[in-house]
Amino acid sequence: MTNSIEEIESADCILIFGSNTSIAHPLIATRVFRAKARGAKVIVADPRKIPIVLQSDLHLQHRLGTDVALINGLMHIILKNGWERKAFISERTENLEEFRKVVEKYSPDRVSEITGVPVKDLETAAQYYAKAERGSILYTMGITQHTTGVDNVKSLANLSMLTGNIGRESTGVNPLRGQNNVQGACDMGGLPNVYSGYQPVTDQAVRQKFEEAWRAELSARVGLTATEMFPAALEGRVKAMVILGENPVLSDADSHHVEKALEALDFLLVIDIFNTPTSDLAHVVLAGASFAEKEGTFTNTERRVQMVRKAIEPPGDARVDWRIIQELSNRLGYSMDYDSPRAVMEEIARVTPSYAGIRYDRLQGDGLQWPCPSTDHPGTKFLHQGKFTRGKGLFSAIEYKPPAEVADEAYPFQLTTGRIHVHYHTGTMTRNSPSLEREVNECLLEINPEDARELGIGEGDRVLVSSRRGSVSTRVKLTETEKRGTVFMPFHFFESRANILTNPMFDPVAKIPEFKVCAVKIEKMETGSAR
Amino acid sequence: MEFKTVLTTCPYCGCGCGLLLEILDGRLIGTLPSKTSPVNQGRLCVKGWSVHEFVTSPNRLIRPLVRKADRLVESSWDEALDLSARRLKEIKERHGPDSIAVLTSAKCTNEENYLLQKLTRAAIGTNNIDHCARL
Repeated sequence: MTNSIEEIESADCILIFGSNTSIAHPLIATRVFRAKARGAKVIVADPRKIPIVLQSDLHLQHRLGTDVALINGLMHIILKNGWERKAFISERTENLEEFRKVVEKYSPDRVSEITGVPVKDLETAAQYYAKAERGSILYTMGITQHTTGVDNVKSLANLSMLTGNIGRESTGVNPLRGQNNVQGACDMGGLPNVYSGYQPVTDQAVRQKFEEAWRAELSARVGLTATEMFPAALEGRVKAMVILGENPVLSDADSHHVEKALEALDFLLVIDIFNTPTSDLAHVVLAGASFAEKEGTFTNTERRVQMVRKAIEPPGDARVDWRIIQELSNRLGYSMDYDSPRAVMEEIARVTPSYAGIRYDRLQGDGLQWPCPSTDHPGTKFLHQGKFTRGKGLFSAIEYKPPAEVADEAYPFQLTTGRIHVHYHTGTMTRNSPSLEREVNECLLEINPEDARELGIGEGDRVLVSSRRGSVSTRVKLTETEKRGTVFMPFHFFESRANILTNPMFDPVAKIPEFKVCAVKIEKMETGSAR
Repeated sequence: MEFKTVLTTCPYCGCGCGLLLEILDGRLIGTLPSKTSPVNQGRLCVKGWSVHEFVTSPNRLIRPLVRKADRLVESSWDEALDLSARRLKEIKERHGPDSIAVLTSAKCTNEENYLLQKLTRAAIGTNNIDHCARL
């Protein structure tokens, strides 16, 4: 997030874009409700009528994958009415004119036709957001999990710059991150192109610094992304994989393809706290420790580095993961000799400018938000104050492109995927939690009642959902949450794996797959044919 | 009887709520929200309230497993770690460091992620490391 969680409460307009906030980030939704109680306008842009719509002033129910058109349409209206913040634009940004040429093409009528959102609602939304003193954008995977994911994010950045809603308290472009430490895993260099603190592996001075710090020769070649590793395994270019605490057989698009890729490996090592469909394919599985059994830090969505403290011993012979990694490194012939996670953090601080001031002694209270460049720095509540990281904020001229796969005669419905309130990701944790599993213990395909009636399907019936990649059997739930032509499936359930259906086509830059749109057909299964 | 609470950070979503784990005689028995956390201010969601349940699940892995005759069977740590290191070294020697790929974890700590990318880059010699942020 550019800004902090507590700041959401003081925004005057909150634009929630592709985020099922009250389901996936309940404690952030609390801040939205408080802002609303103070009189803030809340706009929800989402193809589904998700629960937070009930708390909103306006719901823009656009068609799946039409986000760029919708955002361009809002900006068209803002420019036409002269609601842009001219002083901010001239002082802090560049490339407005190129950008304006593209946005001019997105008239309200055209945008309404592409997105299905009434012109009146487009105008109201543009007015609420542009005229707010403090406008805050919250987004999640509804924005990023598209073949146009990068375009979608850049479009939101355009919208915030056009209205001067960035670099100030209670504004910003705020991705709500889905996992406890997905921010930290990125910060720590768990990416193929950067070391910790986003220092590029291709930069010779950076590489030299790490070669000296680690006393090792390092590769200058950018590595494979997660979405490139599986095709590479099938082609025989990747022969071995090490997977720590992830379950790609359920979490990645086109599951059958991922399974084949993992089966093709000469060696697969999995480190996890439970057996999963991924560890079932491993040659060696190492028993790791849960968060309650070890010390360390997580970095949350607002860049806050917080302590994780050991409460109990790991079960049986399970070991804490940092010791497992150290043991493996030593046996590979590269010596690691840390006596504690504290010592690892001291090394992180030495080589990572944004974490340079992070010390365990300083994390005992509320933690610290990076950038924290020195041990006397208080941390950073919001980013881009006075200046962007790159200097001037760049307006990007972006045209709308439809999703890679749209509904057609053979596959007449559009499927989108996501989470439900009691479960989390591939269910490794929540489905081993009896009180959560008791609430919901099976996948339900959500479909509009009118669509269900036409297909002759009733509540609770079993159907076969098929895409070009495979078929999944599941029961159905009739609900107005979905508009006609769109169906929804959670991806938590190994018995009905939504990701057998999803499209692995990915964004050309970020290489994120299009989990949020693919084309499917739905057939009623006869009683007794469940599989 | 010894009861204590340990203040820590929730392992579910990216909110990073503060919570207290309740420990009775060394056993994890419950979860409470932290009132002083700047994130959740004394509240938790349904997943956070039941966080102790998966930790104490009887389904947890409790020792290493090694594939023998196409089945995963329990092994010692030495056997599992030695086998892993030997296979990774063989594959690196035969096919080069870029034939090995690593997925690190958004569920693990910063320190663990830092060490795994260091292992990937310094011990194996490849930049083939990524994780579910890509998804």
